Amino acid sequence: MTIIKKTAAELAALIASGEASAVEVAQAHLDRIAAVEGSVKAFVHVEPETTLAQARAVDDRRAAGETLGPLAGVPIAHKDVFTTSDMPTTCSSKILEGWRPPYDATVTRRLREAGLVILGKTNMDEFAMGSSTENSAYGPSHNPWDLGKIPGGSSGGSSAAVAAYEAPLATGTDTGGSIRQPAAVTGLVGMKPTYGGSSRYGLIAFASSLDTPGPLARTVLDAALLHEAFSGHDPMDSTSIDQQVPPVVEAARRADVAGLRVGVVKEFGGEGYQPGVLARFHEAVEVLESLGAKVVEVSCPHFTYALPAYYLIAPSECSSNLARFDGMRYGLRVGDDGTRSAEEVMALTRAEGFGDEVKRRIMLGTYALSSGYYDAYYGKAQQVRTLITRDFDAAFEQVDVLVSPTTPTTAFPIGERADDPMAMYLADLCTIPSNLAGNAAISVPCGLADEDSLPVGLQIMAPVLADERVYRVGAAVERALQDRWGGPLLAKAPQL
Amino acid sequence: MLNEHAAHGTAAAGQARGGGAITREEVAHLARLSRLALREDELDHLATQLDDIISAVARIQEVAAEDIPPTSHALPLTNVFRTDEVRPSLAPDQALSGAPAAEEQRFRVPRILDEEA
Repeated sequence: MTIIKKTAAELAALIASGEASAVEVAQAHLDRIAAVEGSVKAFVHVEPETTLAQARAVDDRRAAGETLGPLAGVPIAHKDVFTTSDMPTTCSSKILEGWRPPYDATVTRRLREAGLVILGKTNMDEFAMGSSTENSAYGPSHNPWDLGKIPGGSSGGSSAAVAAYEAPLATGTDTGGSIRQPAAVTGLVGMKPTYGGSSRYGLIAFASSLDTPGPLARTVLDAALLHEAFSGHDPMDSTSIDQQVPPVVEAARRADVAGLRVGVVKEFGGEGYQPGVLARFHEAVEVLESLGAKVVEVSCPHFTYALPAYYLIAPSECSSNLARFDGMRYGLRVGDDGTRSAEEVMALTRAEGFGDEVKRRIMLGTYALSSGYYDAYYGKAQQVRTLITRDFDAAFEQVDVLVSPTTPTTAFPIGERADDPMAMYLADLCTIPSNLAGNAAISVPCGLADEDSLPVGLQIMAPVLADERVYRVGAAVERALQDRWGGPLLAKAPQL
Repeated sequence: MLNEHAAHGTAAAGQARGGGAITREEVAHLARLSRLALREDELDHLATQLDDIISAVARIQEVAAEDIPPTSHALPLTNVFRTDEVRPSLAPDQALSGAPAAEEQRFRVPRILDEEA
């Protein structure tokens, strides 16, 4: 029990000093997975032999005197959107059931090089489209705080795994909030790096101009360590930024906000926001003030149009990206009985292989891109994207970071919004602007809502390539709030 | 159960035809363009949902943006080139490892000629 409660930084220190082997640490987490997975359902694939072989390799490298990275031997849960050459990759879709990719994603490769031990692939909304994991073809994951509630999405298997102590760390991807929202509703830290700061090579594409890999962890420092381990320039991704990774680990250790200017986004609050979420958010802002930050209110008038812009841009890119699932080269093929044409087989395969939300978004994107509607919808959304970026630019002339609640509500019941797409989309209201503008944004836990005793997230946003700033502020808030709570927020979660 | 569901969908789609954002016929057309062989009841259900979503996102028309340049990408990008040199790639058996059907080191696909227009 003691091993699984440790942070990644603590585990790395234990392994480096020889007090525990990577195999022992991996086995402790595999045991935990065996014990709680029946109720949490965080993973779509676990392969203990593969995991233990990776752990043994790390122990062997250390025994041979190799110098290993700061997270060597630490286990990690890996979102099923990243290709892995030694485990299946399905994006939680039937169309890729059982697919074993012939290559590793860059993020996967860097995890291996850093000596991280992959425990398995985590559940997600199919092709990362959703906010609850209910769109997974393999059934929803469950929030460890309340098994009847959603763990967020699309990286909901990752958040469930870390919050249930099945893994100290997890990867996620964030297209409209898919790391920050799951982190917020499970009491974790979740970071969307600057777009282009982490590689998309081998990340199965949903909306290419928005998709961003990032870390989920139980502490700000752990998130920073993982961020540093898999980020940085990748020649295999033409949108990858050719610059040094921002000094995120140093910033997470510094944890100081004295003199920093913090802007509260005026547009995010009020009607539609749960009172308990707003109460915890305002307390977190007061904490920042008490630590010496200068807090002002900032207006970003176009942020209220981020949601409609996103639900035109993301489906448009999705309708194009998902054309590759045609039943010809990999994955499912349906109806190939020798009489049907390739086009008929494609249409049958896609109808059978994709779930409802994926079909909705493909068709919405096809609509927004069709002639006659292009200017009114996709074109207009791209202009609004410019206006949102300008709002950020103007705000960051006045302040160093912006803050808001991460989500308007705490975790909602499984099933509540499953057949109401617009209600589901509202979960990403506050997170979408940073995807459209490409800047850095983190969610850190800021307490439990009074109504339901479920976690609330504080979102901190910084300019493009100023990722270290959100770690600095996040770590300061974390330290101050943990002093108040007498330990981590997750210690208040019910025992599984 | 299925009939009830279909009946509900048809009624809602009827409303959509009477002034909503998208008609059931348009949805059927989109399904064809998207290469999705949807059932009748799926089309009915999707017509209602797409109508809701499009009505909601149409709010974007309110924004005055006449002279605003579009953003297709968050960061300023220029073309990225690499030197044109031979590098190792997947072996044929790796490339074909996920194929639903393969023959003589090739993807085997259904007929693509003589299709109806």
